[in-house]
Amino acid sequence: MTEAGNLAGLREAAPSQAELDRRDTEKSQKIDVSVFSVSGSISMDLQTFLQQFVNALSLGSLYALIAIGYTMVYGILRLINFAHGDIFMIGGYLAFYGVGIFAMPWWLSACLAIALTTVFGVGLERAAYRPLRDSPRISIMISAIGASFLIENLAIVLFDARPKAFPVPGLFAANHVVGGIHVASVSLIIPLVTAVLLAILLWIVHRTRTGMAMRAVSTDIEAARLMAVDVDRIVSVTFAIGSALAAIGGILFALKYPRLEPLMGIMPGMKCFIAAVVGGIGSIGGAVLGGLLLGLIELMTIAFLPELTGYKDAFAFILLIAVLLFKPTGLLGRNQGEKV
Amino acid sequence: MKSMSRNAWLTFAASLAGIALLFVFEETFDRFTMQIFKLCAINVILALSLNLINGFTGLFSLGHAGLMGLGAYTCALLAMTPAQKEDNFFLQPIVPWLLDVHLPFLPSLLAAGLFTGFVGWLLGVVALRLRDDYLAIATLGFSEIIRVVLTNAQPITNGALGLKGLPRYTTMWWAWGSAIAVTVFLVLLIKSSYGRAFKSIRDNEIAAEAMGIDVFGMKVLSFTISSFLCGIAGGLLAHYLTTIDPKQFFFLKTFDILLIVVLGGVGSITGSIVAAIAVTASMEILRFLDGPLNLGFLVTNGTPGLRMVFFSALLMIVIIFRQQGLMGTSEFSWDALARIGLLPRRGGKERDG
Repeated sequence: MTEAGNLAGLREAAPSQAELDRRDTEKSQKIDVSVFSVSGSISMDLQTFLQQFVNALSLGSLYALIAIGYTMVYGILRLINFAHGDIFMIGGYLAFYGVGIFAMPWWLSACLAIALTTVFGVGLERAAYRPLRDSPRISIMISAIGASFLIENLAIVLFDARPKAFPVPGLFAANHVVGGIHVASVSLIIPLVTAVLLAILLWIVHRTRTGMAMRAVSTDIEAARLMAVDVDRIVSVTFAIGSALAAIGGILFALKYPRLEPLMGIMPGMKCFIAAVVGGIGSIGGAVLGGLLLGLIELMTIAFLPELTGYKDAFAFILLIAVLLFKPTGLLGRNQGEKV
Repeated sequence: MKSMSRNAWLTFAASLAGIALLFVFEETFDRFTMQIFKLCAINVILALSLNLINGFTGLFSLGHAGLMGLGAYTCALLAMTPAQKEDNFFLQPIVPWLLDVHLPFLPSLLAAGLFTGFVGWLLGVVALRLRDDYLAIATLGFSEIIRVVLTNAQPITNGALGLKGLPRYTTMWWAWGSAIAVTVFLVLLIKSSYGRAFKSIRDNEIAAEAMGIDVFGMKVLSFTISSFLCGIAGGLLAHYLTTIDPKQFFFLKTFDILLIVVLGGVGSITGSIVAAIAVTASMEILRFLDGPLNLGFLVTNGTPGLRMVFFSALLMIVIIFRQQGLMGTSEFSWDALARIGLLPRRGGKERDG
């Protein structure tokens, strides 16, 4: 293992995400105190609120980016793509290897990682989901779970289970202070990237022929087929878009929390699926709304009810169950009648 | 019917042989093999419990890891002595009402099952209004919520530190005795009118409802029984491992059990039992895949994790190429053995159970 030597330095200091969250919160609290003592004009709570709002906006945009992939696949195939979180993980790792081993510039590495992850996502659909498209839904779901399980275990073998520290280019790491609020560049870049990608995606879905076909397939797959829509191609395109967004999400996530591990996709994956359900699964706008909402709830609870921090990972699930019970179509979803 | 008496006789003989075999194993297995053998029994119970809900009732539930954790903690906390509890809870003392509780193993195990069954009933009443993948994701959510609560309820569960030094109650007889009892119970349940109601819900929910079956009530019943069995397995596991902590009950644990159920055949008791034993044994046999030295802190040429790659690849292959798994929905029966010529044919045509 020659890479081990090269990367040993990178591996050493890799703080956990929980640790990073805690630091975020602490940082903001420290800032509060200084602002309070110096100017005293802005109230402490407002300051904390704004700081956390900026943090939540970037975390929520990340969630939104990944939730879009879930929502698009579910809209078309009625399948929870359990492996989506792992595709996100692969995006992060490929970018890491591009920079860390092949010494590529970060932008080239990122582009290559996105392209390769897209190919991987499309290949996954071909191999694991397409053969089962006419099987009972439970089978295809077990296949999704199996695929996720396989990718995670392969990642443990290929990428090594020990966490790796992601090299963050200076451009992203710079820290700005705006009105007493500390903002890392990456926290501003993430919402911007999400907004641009969302605009492109909405343009594709609503203004192109492929987009029209996608909407047709998601409304009624059989009728679309009768109208000469190439369903297989549309499904591949959907997976390609979803995987590309997941890869971008993975790289941005790694920039924000610079620590890679093979199982890093599981929790964000689950949370983003929840975001998609909360927003109304099948709806792109809903996925974005759900992602932002989830990010906001998570960080605000940590900021204002720190004694509940340990329960952070449970919030999303409680939200999910509440939404499923009281408004199963989600915030922006359309009601689909049950067919006998 | 002639064949009935033959079958009854064969069953009786096989039971005797089985018990005799357990005695032989008890005498001949070394400690390590015995541990694996006990784990087989616990996995049999887990697989049967998951198969009852997933295979026989057709409800895709992924909540087993959390429910198992609940059973494990309940059983451990009831069976530990006050002194052991004080040793464990050095960070923050245990709540007083739990400190002096000290029960023998059997009541603790039953209490673990009943409590998990009760929680399963609550979850079922809430979650079973959902279907298919929504149900799966909601039960997975409940499993995670249970784990997070176990991690954070320090005065009751000792939080992330877990519980150590539990008495090693799970002997071979406890493990296999429970596994056999659960199997017999499940066979009787599936053959009863309740079992037929479960299967009718799996095959066609709307038709079942039209035939006057209380679909929601039956689903909740199936989920509750499954949770009860899962709690029992959790209790056995706790006193088998003697150390438990919330991380063991991460939802990926459910996928291990799902692997067994899918390999054995979704909806086959025989399949689950065979697959549970085969998978548990091969997890150990294939350990060489992970490399000769796997000490965690020591880097070796081994590739830790290769074993799990094998199992997850196997799961993918089975689900893509042979969805019915080993047994499909069929069961072991003496008549089936006779039909393929392993037993002499007697009597006319019979239907197998």
